Amino acid sequence: MTKDIKQGIAKSMKNIDSANHVTGKSIYVDDIPVRVGTLYACAYGSPMAHGKIKNVDTKAAAEHAGVYSIITHKDIPGENQIGGIIQDEPLLAEGEVHFQGQPIVLVIAETEAIAHAAVKKIKVEIDPLPVIVDPREAFAKGELLSTPRTFSLGDTKKAFAKCAHVFEGQAESGGQEHLYIETQGAYAYPTEHGSVRISSSTQGPTQVQRATAKVLGLPMNKVEVDVTRLGGGFGGKEDQATPWGAMAALAAFVLQRPIKYVLHRMEDMKMTGKRNPYTSDYKIGLDKDLKIVALESTYYQNGGAAADLSPAILERTLFHLNNSYFIPNVQATANSCRTNLPPNTAFRGFGGPQGMFVIEAAIAHAAKELGVDAIDIQRKNLLAEGDEFPYGQIAEGCEAINCWDEAVERYDLEKIKKEVVAFNEKNTQFKKGLSLMPICFGISFTNTQMNNARALVHVYSDGSVGVSTGAIEMGQGVNTKMVQVAAEIFGLDPKRVKLESTNTTRVANTSPSAASATADLNGKALAIACNDILARLKKVAQDNLGHDEKTAIEIKHETVFANNKKTKLTWHELVQAAFMARVNLSAKGHYATPRINFDKTKEKGHPFAYHVYGTAITVATVDCVRGTYEFDCVKLVHDFGASMNRIIDLGQTEGGLVQGIGWMTMEELMYNKEGRLLSNALSTYKVPDIYAVPREIDVHFLNTDNPNLAIFRSKAVGEPPLMYGIGAYFAIRNAVESFNPKAKMAYSAPITPEKVLMGLYS
Amino acid sequence: MAKIQFLLNNRSINAELPSGTTVLDFVRYNQHLVGTKIGCREGDCGACTVLVGEIRDDRLFYQSMTSCLMPLGNAHGKHIVTVEGLNMENLTPVQQAIVDEGGTQCGFCTVGFVVSLSGFTLSQKEHNYENAIAAIDGNICRCTGYKSLERAAAIITKQLAEKDTENSVEWLVEKGFIPDYFLTIKERLEALQSSVIEPSGEGQRVFMGGGTDLFVQRPEEMADSPLYHVFGQPSLTGIEEHKGYCYIGAASTAEDIQASPVMQAIFPNLRAHMKLVSSTPIRNMGTLAGNIVNASPIGDLTAFFLALDSSIVLNHFGQQREIKLRDFYLGYKKLDKATAENVETIYFKIPDKNSYFNFEKVCKRTHLDIASVNSACLVKVEKGVVKEAHLSAGGVAPIPKYLAKSSAALVGKKISPELLKEVELILQEEVAPISDARGTSDYKRLLLRQLFYAHFLTFFPKEIQLAELV
Ligand SMILES: Cc1cc2nc3c(=O)[nH]c(=O)nc-3n(C[C@H](O)[C@H](O)[C@H](O)COP(=O)(O)OP(=O)(O)OC[C@H]3O[C@@H](n4cnc5c(N)ncnc54)[C@H](O)[C@@H]3O)c2cc1C
Ligand code: FES
Ligand code: FES
Repeated sequence: MTKDIKQGIAKSMKNIDSANHVTGKSIYVDDIPVRVGTLYACAYGSPMAHGKIKNVDTKAAAEHAGVYSIITHKDIPGENQIGGIIQDEPLLAEGEVHFQGQPIVLVIAETEAIAHAAVKKIKVEIDPLPVIVDPREAFAKGELLSTPRTFSLGDTKKAFAKCAHVFEGQAESGGQEHLYIETQGAYAYPTEHGSVRISSSTQGPTQVQRATAKVLGLPMNKVEVDVTRLGGGFGGKEDQATPWGAMAALAAFVLQRPIKYVLHRMEDMKMTGKRNPYTSDYKIGLDKDLKIVALESTYYQNGGAAADLSPAILERTLFHLNNSYFIPNVQATANSCRTNLPPNTAFRGFGGPQGMFVIEAAIAHAAKELGVDAIDIQRKNLLAEGDEFPYGQIAEGCEAINCWDEAVERYDLEKIKKEVVAFNEKNTQFKKGLSLMPICFGISFTNTQMNNARALVHVYSDGSVGVSTGAIEMGQGVNTKMVQVAAEIFGLDPKRVKLESTNTTRVANTSPSAASATADLNGKALAIACNDILARLKKVAQDNLGHDEKTAIEIKHETVFANNKKTKLTWHELVQAAFMARVNLSAKGHYATPRINFDKTKEKGHPFAYHVYGTAITVATVDCVRGTYEFDCVKLVHDFGASMNRIIDLGQTEGGLVQGIGWMTMEELMYNKEGRLLSNALSTYKVPDIYAVPREIDVHFLNTDNPNLAIFRSKAVGEPPLMYGIGAYFAIRNAVESFNPKAKMAYSAPITPEKVLMGLYS
Repeated sequence: MAKIQFLLNNRSINAELPSGTTVLDFVRYNQHLVGTKIGCREGDCGACTVLVGEIRDDRLFYQSMTSCLMPLGNAHGKHIVTVEGLNMENLTPVQQAIVDEGGTQCGFCTVGFVVSLSGFTLSQKEHNYENAIAAIDGNICRCTGYKSLERAAAIITKQLAEKDTENSVEWLVEKGFIPDYFLTIKERLEALQSSVIEPSGEGQRVFMGGGTDLFVQRPEEMADSPLYHVFGQPSLTGIEEHKGYCYIGAASTAEDIQASPVMQAIFPNLRAHMKLVSSTPIRNMGTLAGNIVNASPIGDLTAFFLALDSSIVLNHFGQQREIKLRDFYLGYKKLDKATAENVETIYFKIPDKNSYFNFEKVCKRTHLDIASVNSACLVKVEKGVVKEAHLSAGGVAPIPKYLAKSSAALVGKKISPELLKEVELILQEEVAPISDARGTSDYKRLLLRQLFYAHFLTFFPKEIQLAELV
């Protein structure tokens, strides 16, 4: 198999969609030309977070001019169930409601505006039941979504007894709205033989297919899901695209009409889950040399009203509880708590960032109490080759120290430190704060079974190539990387390769595009398929050129080389010859990540194909009069392996970082005690705008040599950079403490201007 | 239904439509131009940005606006440009720069950035990097982290250095920034009858300014309401100085105010203050009257003009009357105004050279956000003694608050940290902030104190030190 990009074809290739994006020609769900007879759906969401449904009155809505039909759970031909990991989530509420905005009734009307207007006329009587929004309260009441999980290493009891310093505290990180700019949506229509076809804005087409099949009582082969691209996903469309796809399909199936349902922003914000908020306890023990000896931690995950992906997210919190540090003694328990919020879900990092925030808070806490710089504790405890993770995997190809030291040297940390100190001595109204944030992120689905993918390749008789994989293009550039894979292996101009939409009839049983592993898994599957065809073509070339089997055939720049010598045979001619010789020019590739395993009964194993490392230096400036802040810079060194596409990988890094900074600073998800979302629009939920990003972001590509588990050794890059954003929290905090050393501030993110001002004057 | 005429890209539109249909719905679902995207329908993401062209001072003049909040009635007589109206066979330099720098990932926000930056190339503002970034300050991108877009903006700025500002449109056409049909637009706009649209339909007339409040608060009602489009009406725009007073037409937008030489001369920091108010496209739409009449307790322009002790001129079917802005607010969203009464003019006495003026605003996100608390302050000081003071604050009461007692308490006193600390106590008695999505009441009180101090730290950096206040 090809190990590295050899021919360098398209290493600097732009996103293949970019010309269409800038001209507005790219098609998203809402842009698909509608078929004649299309009707529009809108769901009525529960006005209460918890209660028994007494009565559903849809009369006025049904009589509203232009309303075609009203659909409730009673119209579901199959099972009213869309739960993924655990079967605990109805499509349309029946009997009880468990969160505000939970869909109860679906209105189908001639226009979107009519559907929305009619929904307002629905009256539902609900007998209220107690509402829980706080995960600790849920835990105390025994409301758990799944069995708690415990990871342990060494013996914390013994270790704490010997620690020179022990600190205990609490850390909290808030939820995060995905705010993909394209809202959730689907367009479904009935097809022959009692089937349906759904165009969905989903990261998980198979999940939409499986759930819809269940709801409609159909075999999976009668539900076709097609995805061209997403206007952003970030995890929010991994499981949570399913209800809208299933609803559109349900109405299309029952009414035998095309149905479109694209959510309005406020519906989307109200009805869909977010990044899980966490509240956690930690106890950290250090020896006199500031080595972390032991950590005990308990995580309370706010799962929302149904399991969704929360149990898997919970697991990843534990996998990343030590971030980039070696901790010899660990005892950590994580609880997924059931509350009356929309089911929380995947979000870039998938529980990892939440776990990392806790250990970083514990280190900052220890540093403050000990009067040392957190940076010193961090550096002393970085993971080294051969160290054991709390889940039993051994660090191999560990780049933690490399990344850190490279960042310190390359960006001259000593100078930055001095500048910050000098600035703070001179200024009273403004203070600067500095932080370092190392990261270590495991690549693979933690559920081993999901680590496989398929691809389908056709070489057409004119030499053009069509590629289908299970990967979903949502801006991360995976389709571009797929083109690169095919072009590289075939030795072709990338223009010859077309990426098809992701469709369940072409590539079945897919894992969602998630866990940063999409390019690795699908790229490897694609490479297998391409190599299959290539092997057949090489034989044809040998025959065609009159060479024997031992002749080394290569195709470079669309030309056949025999024993490193250029021949007259072109790609096009070769394909023609193969076609005439009745050679199969199509292939399917299947890839399953080797070696990985995890034993949940022991909570030990080797779950990750590899880890990604990096270190970011962040400098923030706080306005101590107003409590506002800005970021001077984030300078980071990131372990890319051997990046196969710098422009895409840089974009993922910058974008992930800024999203992480948003999570840690201004993105404040607020629910009231009744479980009502207060930050329910873009006017109240703020994500970074162009003025909010660090003035300077410097990304150094650390080339690292690694086992060939990443596609072309180009390491996964989707999620890890988000976690650099945690550095923003601590940089601001350090600035506040420089103004007010006695500042009383909980380790609670996001660190909004409110928290900053209250801290400055506490 | 109203008869509406305008140019959409290279086509003439002549339609009988409710004037309250949004331009967004019209272009996407009536004209099937789906390049313009929907991200929020609240003016907060910029995915739906279009350019709106008209003739000003005998030149084509384009501004970016969010089509989700723009009623068709406000497009009447204008040139509306969507991405389809910018596309040519080759990518424009704006499109190319975004492609080259990787400024597009999922692509959903991208068209908005393309349109906004194309608007920058067309604008008569100086083509520097700062203005290029300002042009996209109303566009949210969730994917890129903006750095690639900053790089693209820098490239475009550089390319515009050679622009022929006299023959701007010709130069842009020649360099491939815009299609050549733009050369015909001026003439075609002149030929369009741009008479005011008459309100039609039953029920209570609604004054339609920029629509940036109406379409957020009551979007579903707008298509069916008889709208009286005051936006851009010549009789309601224009900013003039007359005998020591400044008169502002009520339909002047925040951008008109910012661009006004009269206002700039009075307020040297005007640009910095206005940068804190919404975003470029919203400032191009939102009017001063809309801000005042909307009566949001955190209206920025309202706070600004309260501290200038402004007066407003109202007109009720030809009957004019005047009232102090501070007396206009009776209670939460309750005004001393008849429903059919129109705001015509806002005017204030131009502060003299012994006066200091400042505007402060803090929110979760510094730009394109609604204030947690805002405040404006005007003080006239002679020989260290306050002769006149007007202090306002938003977000601390059910109405935009003119802080009468605190203002009075400053007058006649010598500026000192002690005075400010004393007045701060009065200030706290005058307000009653509530806890909401923009902050707890404790925070808002602390923030109000800080902003009050910030005014004086700004006015008297030598005399007043932060450490003496807190
Ligand atoms: C994304 C976004 C960001 C925003 N950010 C800010 C901000 O930072 N600060 C801020 O203060 N505001 C902000 N706003 C609110 C809004 O833009 C302003 O209040 C703006 O000034 C409203 O003006 P308009 O002309 O668009 O109002 P419209 O929506 O047209 O009208 C608002 C009200 O005023 C009435 N009205 C309008 N003109 C007249 C008139 N001449 N006589 C009588 N009544 C009239 C209308 O009937 C209506 O009741 C924001 C809005 C959006 C959508
Ligand atoms: S759709 Fe978001 S600004 Fe118009
Ligand atoms: S590219 Fe996805 S939102 Fe900007």
